[in-house]
Amino acid sequence: MGFRRYLAQKTAVYAITFLFAVTINWLLPRLMPGNPIEAMIESNLNLGPGEKEILIRFYEDLYGLNEPLWRQFVNFWVRLFHGDLGYSLLYKAPVWDLIRHSLPYDIVILLPAIALSWIVGNWLGAIAGKNRRYDRWMMPLFYFLASMPYFWFAMLLVYFIGVKLGWLPYQGAYDPSLVPGLNWEFIKSFLSHWILPFLSLFVVMIGSWAIGMRNMIIYELEADYVRYLEALGASEKLMTKHAYRNAILPQVTGLALQLGLMVAGAIATEIVFNYPGIGILLMNAALSQDYFLLQGAFLMVVISVLAANFIIDIVYAFIDPRVRASYTEG
Amino acid sequence: MARESRLYKFRLALKNNKFRFGFGLLLFFIIFAIIGPLFTPFAGDGLYYEKLPGSNMEVATYSTRTLPPMTRETLITYSGRHVEVLHILGTDKLGRDVYAQLVYGLRTSLWIATLAAIIGTLLGITIGFVAGYRGGLTDELLMMFVNIMLVIPSIVLLILVAAYLEARSPEIQALIIGLTGWPWVARAVRSQTLSLKNREFVNLARLAGLSDLRIIFGEIMPNMISYIFMVGILQFSGAILASATLDFIGLGPTTAVSLGTILQKAIAHNALQFGWWWWFIPPGLIITLIITALFFINLGMEEVFNPRLRRGGE
Amino acid sequence: MSLLEIRDLKIYYRTPRGPVKAVDGVSFDVREGEVFGIAGESGCGKSTLVHSLILRKPPMFHAGGEAIFKGKDLMKLSEEEARKIRYTELSIIPQYAMNALNPTKKIKDIVWDLAREHGYEDRSEVEGLLRERLAMVKLSPKVADMYPVELSGGMRQRATMVVSTLLNPDLLIADEVTSALDVTTQRVVIELLHHFMEEGIVKSIIFVTHDLALLDKIADRTMILYAGKVAEIAPTEEMISSPAHPYTKLLLESLPKIGVRYKETKLNGIPGYPISLLNPPKGCRFYTRCPYVMDRCREEEPPLVEVGDDHYAACHLLGGENQ
Ligand SMILES: Nc1ncnc2c1ncn2[C@@H]1O[C@H](COP(=O)(O)OP(=O)(O)O)[C@@H](O)[C@H]1O
Ligand code: SF4
Ligand SMILES: [Mg+2]
Repeated sequence: MGFRRYLAQKTAVYAITFLFAVTINWLLPRLMPGNPIEAMIESNLNLGPGEKEILIRFYEDLYGLNEPLWRQFVNFWVRLFHGDLGYSLLYKAPVWDLIRHSLPYDIVILLPAIALSWIVGNWLGAIAGKNRRYDRWMMPLFYFLASMPYFWFAMLLVYFIGVKLGWLPYQGAYDPSLVPGLNWEFIKSFLSHWILPFLSLFVVMIGSWAIGMRNMIIYELEADYVRYLEALGASEKLMTKHAYRNAILPQVTGLALQLGLMVAGAIATEIVFNYPGIGILLMNAALSQDYFLLQGAFLMVVISVLAANFIIDIVYAFIDPRVRASYTEG
Repeated sequence: MARESRLYKFRLALKNNKFRFGFGLLLFFIIFAIIGPLFTPFAGDGLYYEKLPGSNMEVATYSTRTLPPMTRETLITYSGRHVEVLHILGTDKLGRDVYAQLVYGLRTSLWIATLAAIIGTLLGITIGFVAGYRGGLTDELLMMFVNIMLVIPSIVLLILVAAYLEARSPEIQALIIGLTGWPWVARAVRSQTLSLKNREFVNLARLAGLSDLRIIFGEIMPNMISYIFMVGILQFSGAILASATLDFIGLGPTTAVSLGTILQKAIAHNALQFGWWWWFIPPGLIITLIITALFFINLGMEEVFNPRLRRGGE
Repeated sequence: MSLLEIRDLKIYYRTPRGPVKAVDGVSFDVREGEVFGIAGESGCGKSTLVHSLILRKPPMFHAGGEAIFKGKDLMKLSEEEARKIRYTELSIIPQYAMNALNPTKKIKDIVWDLAREHGYEDRSEVEGLLRERLAMVKLSPKVADMYPVELSGGMRQRATMVVSTLLNPDLLIADEVTSALDVTTQRVVIELLHHFMEEGIVKSIIFVTHDLALLDKIADRTMILYAGKVAEIAPTEEMISSPAHPYTKLLLESLPKIGVRYKETKLNGIPGYPISLLNPPKGCRFYTRCPYVMDRCREEEPPLVEVGDDHYAACHLLGGENQ
């Protein structure tokens, strides 16, 4: 069976992509006019005692001018596999610790938003695709939703629901006066802070899922196999059932394709809500030229997206016999 | 024959309602970006400039009041003149005219997106063509690169690159957006090239001894024009969004105002909390409508050129 | 005994420029135990005619006439009654037989989905029958557990034939099932159809093709359609040995040599083009291309008259009531 080969092939592709991303990470500052990393350390005057030493040591290990280029590259990798992503000047903490504390916040808004919008969007799209009367007004709405920048819709939510109506909090992940813990008060605060960021992603994402589903279902309902079912006396329900199944399968691949855009949306949305995820780290790192943090956050995002893609590829091969047939043939 | 039917399809596109709607909306914003400044005395940064008599110097007049839309204000200029001005969309935290920023910001954003779309599309066409036309190892290597670029979320790559750049002009932003946007085009163009390459007319041209370049530009290209146009439109909308997101994060052009930077400043100055809606609703709405317009243009064209999606009777 | 009686059937398509009269007053019957062939140039209304018996979806509509199938007029059945008849009594192997099965469902699941909607309750019985029939068409019974994407084109075609006939329909419609196939596969398909008849799986078959030469191999009687009208109906052998209608004669002449490489031959060997079905002429529809055209052909429609034993044709040369 060819599944092993498929798996090996996918693993190879993602491994190469990872290699490429890390190389870019390493190479970019060297390509920029004047070594920005050097400039960063030089210009950072308000370093505490001891910090400068840590930094210089790290800098020498990583970019030590006395080492040949390939050696520097190898060092970079070695450090990476030790989980050492460097030290953030801005937060005065190891980069890995910062990322470790931010990542859960990303997951907690992105995962539900993606999963639920996928379900709801596909459902609405299927309705529009099947029923021309709804389609007339639903389709423009889907396109409008899909056109909105995530962060702008987030701003509208903050303004109308948070500020004007005062229904929900819109800054941070929980009330800053609380200490995180497993008590009811904290959970309540956390959830109420979670709703708006979640909604801003959820609502906008619905648009693109619905568009995809609508087009797929129109296409599938006209496919030969549906005509055949109809000619053999299948009920409306049965035809729809078959068409749905085939339309929804490619939407799983759509998950992988849309992921990049959704990550972009999440980053910008976090800024609006001051939600302490990787997006905030990225922004602060970029604006204060905290390059180690920037590189670490970049790597983290790339790794997450690659992992998600990989999982989707594997799952897809299992649920769609068309994919399975194509790799067992080849 | 092929040419005639293309012309016919082009006319069909002009009759398609979705295409018309999208194209009209886009045209509206382009015209607005061009003639918009005529309706305001303010410069792109939202300030009122007065030319000093007898010199080429222009001096800005600062006001500090945050005013709602359609408010009149009397400015006292550097030379002591009193000028009554109208703030069509009010002013921001620093008393700058929002309408003026919006019009000039729209110009910047459209300019960036156009440039980025051209760069991305040209790059994508070239790479896609070469991969599809050459085939073999060239194709495999190029497509591997394309697939790598497709998986890495371009926004983080953009943030990374933009952060290393000290001064960013709109053109630089367009360049980096174009450099990350091309893989989609390359993939699409490659598959089109593959399907066209073995058609009869191309084989005939090859038998007739035409050079590769002649075949590409004389035979293959004309058959892909509409397709390339559609891909270009998508690049354009992707670029608008990418540029706005970068600006919003604070990595926008340092030398000009754009729709995204207006939004970024609005957030930075707590416009949401103070309820200065005229500062942040219009720029986002314009971005949304432009992208909607582009979607509809694409949709209309797809219905004309790929009738399977057309719904009977529409 | 007639299984199906078509009387003056009119099936049109609604278009912005007026109705396209694809089937315009056609009458014939299909007897129990026979293979009835329908031939004619592409676009003459063959598919419209047979599909209208099963399903009329807009823009197709019924504009007159009746189709009595086992005592019931197919044109008057309610949607639910018609749905019940499909598959169990009246089934079809479509032109697109290779792509007719949903690629992402196992064949046994497709069959069970359909059978259940027609009142079958025992899944193992239906599946057992499916495996048996698959073996009959020389496919492995395991094919039942496979997805159509896993089969080759030829295997899918045969699987579709099995699925279409599984519930023993009385009348089977085969619409251009051989058109896309090479000669060897064509022969296999035709043998299978014969087999279905011999085994009593189906009582009668309507075999539609644009390939006249093929009918010799399968059809007991044949009807030639031209531009939505019947030109000639006769036992196939007689039609080939002594055609009556000028159109049939031309068709037969345009075949290179019967039995030799007829695959490439289309019925387009006749000069001229079929007339528009939007505004058909009121006289004989063939007059624009007929070598024997007379004045009255333009004005008067020739009636279908008996010209021999069980042999009918519509042409003024062959007489009619006002001669
Ligand atoms: N959906 C439709 N709308 C309008 N005209 C149609 C439609 N489908 C078929 N026709 C016309 O009806 C005529 C008969 O078509 P068809 O029954 O498919 O012919 P055949 O099967 O003999 O090739 C053709 O002239 C075709 O142009
Ligand atoms: S009726 Fe006239 S035109 Fe028609 S087939 Fe006979 S001779 Fe030819
Ligand atoms: Mg047909």
